Amino acid sequence: MNVSTTRFVNPADVSALVRDDEVHKDVYIDADVFQLEMDHLWPSTWIFLGHDSQIPQPGNFITADIAAEPLIMLRDSDGLVVVVKNRCAHKGAKLVSALSGELSSNLRCPYHGWTYRLDGSLRSIPEPKGYAGSKYDLLASDRATVDESTGLSRVKNVEIYRGFVFVKLSDAGLGFHEYYGESLSSIDNMADRSPEGRLEVVGGTFRYMHNCNWKMFVENLNDTMHPMVAHHSSAGTVKKLWYADHDETDIKPMVVEQFEPFVSNYKFFDDMGVKIFPNGHSYTGVNFSIHSAYSAIPGYHESLVNAYGKEKAENILATNRHNTVYYPSLTIKGAIQTLRIARPIAHDKTLLESWTFRLVGASDEHLKRTLMYSRLINAPTSVVGHDDLHCYRAIQEGLASSDNEWVSLHRRYDDSERIDIAGEYKGNSEVSMRGQFRAWRERIVASMQAQAS
Amino acid sequence: MNETERVQDFVYHEARLLDEKKFEAWLALLTDDVLYWMPLKRDQLEEDLFNSLLYEDKLLLQVRIERLKSPRVYSQLPPSHSQHVLQHPEVICQGDKAYQSRTPFIYLESHMDTQLTLGGVVHHELVTVDGKLRIRRKRIELLNRESALPSIQLFL
Repeated sequence: MNVSTTRFVNPADVSALVRDDEVHKDVYIDADVFQLEMDHLWPSTWIFLGHDSQIPQPGNFITADIAAEPLIMLRDSDGLVVVVKNRCAHKGAKLVSALSGELSSNLRCPYHGWTYRLDGSLRSIPEPKGYAGSKYDLLASDRATVDESTGLSRVKNVEIYRGFVFVKLSDAGLGFHEYYGESLSSIDNMADRSPEGRLEVVGGTFRYMHNCNWKMFVENLNDTMHPMVAHHSSAGTVKKLWYADHDETDIKPMVVEQFEPFVSNYKFFDDMGVKIFPNGHSYTGVNFSIHSAYSAIPGYHESLVNAYGKEKAENILATNRHNTVYYPSLTIKGAIQTLRIARPIAHDKTLLESWTFRLVGASDEHLKRTLMYSRLINAPTSVVGHDDLHCYRAIQEGLASSDNEWVSLHRRYDDSERIDIAGEYKGNSEVSMRGQFRAWRERIVASMQAQAS
Repeated sequence: MNETERVQDFVYHEARLLDEKKFEAWLALLTDDVLYWMPLKRDQLEEDLFNSLLYEDKLLLQVRIERLKSPRVYSQLPPSHSQHVLQHPEVICQGDKAYQSRTPFIYLESHMDTQLTLGGVVHHELVTVDGKLRIRRKRIELLNRESALPSIQLFL
């Protein structure tokens, strides 16, 4: 990683893209800005990689790219979660290509058969005599048992929080708890909804390719004034068809329960509230959310009371947050146990993954509801997804216009945000986006300065 | 026309209705307890607690069709168009005028300057209601179901 792989040499040029209540259009449409993000924002922040329930046994692995770094998250022989670069020390081949799988006792390169132990250390090389005198000399009598410089590169900064595995690729940036702080309460709420306090990733992954910048998706998560417009044709149609021959007294099918709140009015979303944390994190649904009115699943409330006691159980169930954004790439819905990850590929290309969780110890009805929500809202075949992606794409193309170089994030801007943006606001403010860009600027500038010094 | 040919004609006719956007006529081919299913993994069983790209009953299918008529269906302004290309369906008679068919297909969906190409196998379960063939289940096994997919907006 070089200090300048882009036209941005001076941090002041980066700062100039972000104003208090508007951003320059280049943050969405400029390939150099995208590279700047991959060089500085992604490596210096804690990016979600996976969940430890995906690799329960030694040898289990998942793979993912973070800022173009191919990574393997695996469970080593001691049962520990290890993150290594998916790059053979020899000629650079990726060791495993599958998104998930199981290894025997080692990783073997498919090209020349170099093997590595599950902790990433080099184990064997065919024709080892050819490496006499080099650092790869496995026959040397004075060789240390494990020489880290010859194995797979280990990612040092790995943090596991309630099973959620985060990595920070560079040494720049804040510590994990300083970075996420109180926003971790949303992960707590999702995990606490299991009577055992544990989550398990199950049910498959939707992989939905978006031809737009990643930030359009991330901003949209706490954009409370788009659903009644953008989703009028989808959620509004569900409502129209259902109430054509039913009324409020009829028991709604789960489909109607899940779609109908999307077309609630502006007041509903405003009263929902939004909470802003430092470093770009936020959630909507401080007071209630589109998930609050779901029908109870028999036996569940009792199981939480048994596990946690009445007061804590009721606090857990009264917390029905909408989307929590763990800036820049992770968003979760604790109340319905879904997660989405933005995987940026180019300035105008982003892979969105949607995952689902089982509440360990809860009935299958919870998982069925989770799967339905994810399918109806997050799949490439989702009408709600079609509505959103159309709008993101429309922005991507509309910003090509030379007419106005600035994108407004002004709704309910107040000068007091300049001193401290953290706090609670009414839901229809665009303050979450202003908080995201403030963090965007801070983290990129800090990383550039750290590299320059 | 024998039973097998009658089923084959029905499968071709269904695809043609979709490509010609005669959606109300298509809905009339479905039983009230229809399942329109596109699994997400290979060899997926209905009882698996695993997600699907589509797992839709008649209400959800009606929503898709009704949505297309909305003046605010921005993702379909302008509209997409589809073309099914079907291989000859293999038909198994189940008795009692019920049938299963297996039809490999290629499906094209175009929207403005882009065209999506999908392929796979569609399995129909048909029953006879008032002397007419009706679809009780349609299972679409997409070849690239694990791939990252763009929006798929019409009916396979």
